[in-house]
Amino acid sequence: MSAAALLSQLLQVAIALLLAPLLVGWVNQCRAWLQNKRPPSLFLPYRTIHKLFVKDAVIADNASPIFRLMPYIVFGAMCCAAAIVPSLATALPFARAADAIALVGLFALARVFMALAAMDIGTSFGSLGARREMFVGFLAEPALLMVLFTASLISGSTALPTIVDTLAHRELAIYPSLAFAGVAFTMVSLAENARVPVDNPATHLELTMIHEAMLLEYSARHLALLEWASALKLFNYSCIGLALFFPFGIAEGADFVAMLGAAPALVLKLAIGGASLAVIETLSAKMRIFRAPEFLGTAFLLAVLGMLVNLLLGS
Amino acid sequence: MSFSPLALITAAIAAWLAIGVAGILKPRSLRVVRVLFPIGAAVAVFLAIFAFAALRSVPEARVLPLGLPDLPFHLRVDALSAFFLLLLGGASAAISLFSSGYFRAGEGTAPGLICLQYHTFLAAMALVLIADDAYMFMVAWETMALASYFLVTTDHRLPEIRRAGFLYLLIAHVGAIGILLCFGVLQGGRGDYTFEAMRAVSLTSFWPSVAFFLALFGFGAKAGLLPLHVWLPEAHPAAPSPVSALMSGVMLKTAIYGLLRVTFDLLHAQQWWWGAIALALGLLTALYGVIFAAAQTDMKRLLAYSSIENIGIIVAGIALTILFHAYGKPLLAAIALTAVLYHCLNHAFFKSLLFLATGSVLHATKERSLGKLGGLIHRMPWVALLALVGTLAMAGLPPLNGFVSEWLLLQAFLFTPTLPQSFVNMLVPVAAAALVLAVALAAYVMVKFYGVIFLGRPREPHLAYAHDAGRRERAALLWLGIGCVLLGVFPSTVIAGIDHVNALLLDTTVSRAGESNWLLLAPIATERSSYSPLIVLVVIVSVVLLTIQLVHRFWHGRSRRAPAWDCGFPLQTPRMQDTAEGFGQPIRQVFEPFFRMERHLPSPFDDKPRYFVSATDHLWYWLYLPIARGTEAVARLAGLIQRGRIGVYLTYSFVTLLALLLFVR
Repeated sequence: MSAAALLSQLLQVAIALLLAPLLVGWVNQCRAWLQNKRPPSLFLPYRTIHKLFVKDAVIADNASPIFRLMPYIVFGAMCCAAAIVPSLATALPFARAADAIALVGLFALARVFMALAAMDIGTSFGSLGARREMFVGFLAEPALLMVLFTASLISGSTALPTIVDTLAHRELAIYPSLAFAGVAFTMVSLAENARVPVDNPATHLELTMIHEAMLLEYSARHLALLEWASALKLFNYSCIGLALFFPFGIAEGADFVAMLGAAPALVLKLAIGGASLAVIETLSAKMRIFRAPEFLGTAFLLAVLGMLVNLLLGS
Repeated sequence: MSFSPLALITAAIAAWLAIGVAGILKPRSLRVVRVLFPIGAAVAVFLAIFAFAALRSVPEARVLPLGLPDLPFHLRVDALSAFFLLLLGGASAAISLFSSGYFRAGEGTAPGLICLQYHTFLAAMALVLIADDAYMFMVAWETMALASYFLVTTDHRLPEIRRAGFLYLLIAHVGAIGILLCFGVLQGGRGDYTFEAMRAVSLTSFWPSVAFFLALFGFGAKAGLLPLHVWLPEAHPAAPSPVSALMSGVMLKTAIYGLLRVTFDLLHAQQWWWGAIALALGLLTALYGVIFAAAQTDMKRLLAYSSIENIGIIVAGIALTILFHAYGKPLLAAIALTAVLYHCLNHAFFKSLLFLATGSVLHATKERSLGKLGGLIHRMPWVALLALVGTLAMAGLPPLNGFVSEWLLLQAFLFTPTLPQSFVNMLVPVAAAALVLAVALAAYVMVKFYGVIFLGRPREPHLAYAHDAGRRERAALLWLGIGCVLLGVFPSTVIAGIDHVNALLLDTTVSRAGESNWLLLAPIATERSSYSPLIVLVVIVSVVLLTIQLVHRFWHGRSRRAPAWDCGFPLQTPRMQDTAEGFGQPIRQVFEPFFRMERHLPSPFDDKPRYFVSATDHLWYWLYLPIARGTEAVARLAGLIQRGRIGVYLTYSFVTLLALLLFVR
């Protein structure tokens, strides 16, 4: 591994770390516009994270080491994922270490730790959130894998760089299997990132929250890391979606200059993606938790359908 | 080396038997057992070393001067036996060490007797793995079943344990009949029951299929394949924890060994539709097991159901191997077989670890019900830490070992679209979807298992006096935990070992075909797929350490303790935590058709409201109870001729004689 490759790898992770809160700020701003509210500052997430880092942490009496370590592990897993997901360039050295299946495994690792930490304090909301998160997760994870499998059947590979390279060089036509997979992926990302039809990132209403219920006991630096990690997760999911369905403009190879050229394209694509997320969130209503299996089951079946269509039509 | 691996392995088995006999000399003495079990563990380690040597050497056969006249015992060790012997040695070393600290006097069977049963069980499993004729195989197989039956019924004073043991014995014997018939078919009318002769026989027309399905039935009964899985959730909670660990971690694998031996070694022509049927059966078992595991409230029953799930995954892998092998795709078949063997090894380690951990919890708290545990991470930090490793491994999370085998299996699933039959091509991705669903549900189950036992607040006051496991128990758990991590982090090294089996059964290897090295696992090519758990682990750990450092450097590390906030609710009792029922409730609701539910909800006017829900297996009512009722009806009819008067019986004799004179002459 050359030093330049390592440097471009670090550049991609650094850009992901820096851009992720901005993406959250942008989605919030768009949503406020759509809902006729005065938008918060675009940079509010950075300020929130900084504010939380400054504060003193309050930890519940019977918290175990799992509780204190979890934010770091989740943050580490998300950074690791940010290094794998081809956001700026495809041929980065670290992408070899984990393919699409391992990427889903990394997300699962973060989720399991989050659920365990939520159960650690032994409060009613914590375990409720953990249960619901695992509930949503066990349906969303297979659906995500099926989407990735569809893409890997097209490219004959589960390595993300190869998938993106293949998809970037196809002709500009609608692939039915990818269309199914795209819809499924959108649904899964909404669920995985605790977005509106399944969860509401803005709620602290006791009975409806999933993701927030798990973070209730966290404060200060731990909460800051978790907020950052969930922003990174949104960023990673957006980049997976962009890489699979709109791979145009991504740098092929780990060239430093090409990566800098790919950055504006990425920002533009993320801006459009974030705005459409805000539109989806504004247009849909939050469902009851037991409607979530139907929603995610639909996503799962759509993804499987995409796979079958791919096998039937060969595209 | 002057000694051959087979001689050394036989010596290790003899040593186990000798230890067992030594135990019976002073059956009531606990001190003797405390010494004997660690010696057994040392023998297990040696067995693993010998097996490792045998894995790399050429197959070696030998005839023992034991057995009946003209029917001596044939022994043979090849790569397949050696791999499973390695698994047996590696897992049982830790289990024996744990047992030395676990068994106490006054808990059912006398300790010396347990020592005999336990070591006979170990020796019988090893003999099953090196048997080279059907006679020897069945003798060892039955010894194994009987020894484990006595171990399961250690607490034989309790009627429900005797009942569980009976069920186990019954299904074990139904399975044994299947295996016996399978060998009967395999010898092809020649009357020679050595495996050597069976390999030479080429069965024609439908006989290979008959042999395969008899083997699937017989070994499936031992492994816990649907619908013969019902003994697992009964026997595991009944058995002492080290016995559960041994049965689930190792004994189930002997069934997998038998299935592999029959399918790939003794039979020659594999048909693709065997694979299709076994695939459906395996995936159904996996889903069924994991869904039931999610609904359980007894920690050992939960683990038993999860063993069923893992066996389902393993059988699905075997099915995939058959499918690819039948279509002449040796590399894909080798990847699937590697996944199967890898998963066997992983399951032996993490499931033994978790069963032993439940043993420690059981001894510390006297509770097996999840609803009465909680918060043990504070009282039992060692067990909690090592159980966390097992939990994460079983949930199939990188960078631990459970993930590697699932990754390999998914790789095998994904590279199918080159099969000649489009129907199978469609089947395989759907099967992959079912597999992924089962794996994702396993994570749910494991969060429930770990969260309810070790996290949160203690649900009962007496849990505050729970103590951590003893030194030997900790060492045993540590051995298995380290095994889980090493198996997860160095997959290419493990696969290089498994490749000897691939070379034996399929004439292909995975290591040489791909671009794997010790750091990177790439079974086909790095462009197609690659995974490096070591790098992932190092990156995550270094990011965690770096983040901790940076946060403390740039900001601060101040923190203080306070009561839990919980949205400001002031009165929080441990009873308000999620129970095991509560945690399983979404699964019960989503998969309701799978369960036979009985629910009792209290009315608002009840003085003493009581909520009761039970989710049982449909198969009991659809399959087992009708069979039991049928048997009873037949017995009742047979009972009609039993009059208890000598005159009637003499009349029967007279009628029989007359009939014989009339018809036979």
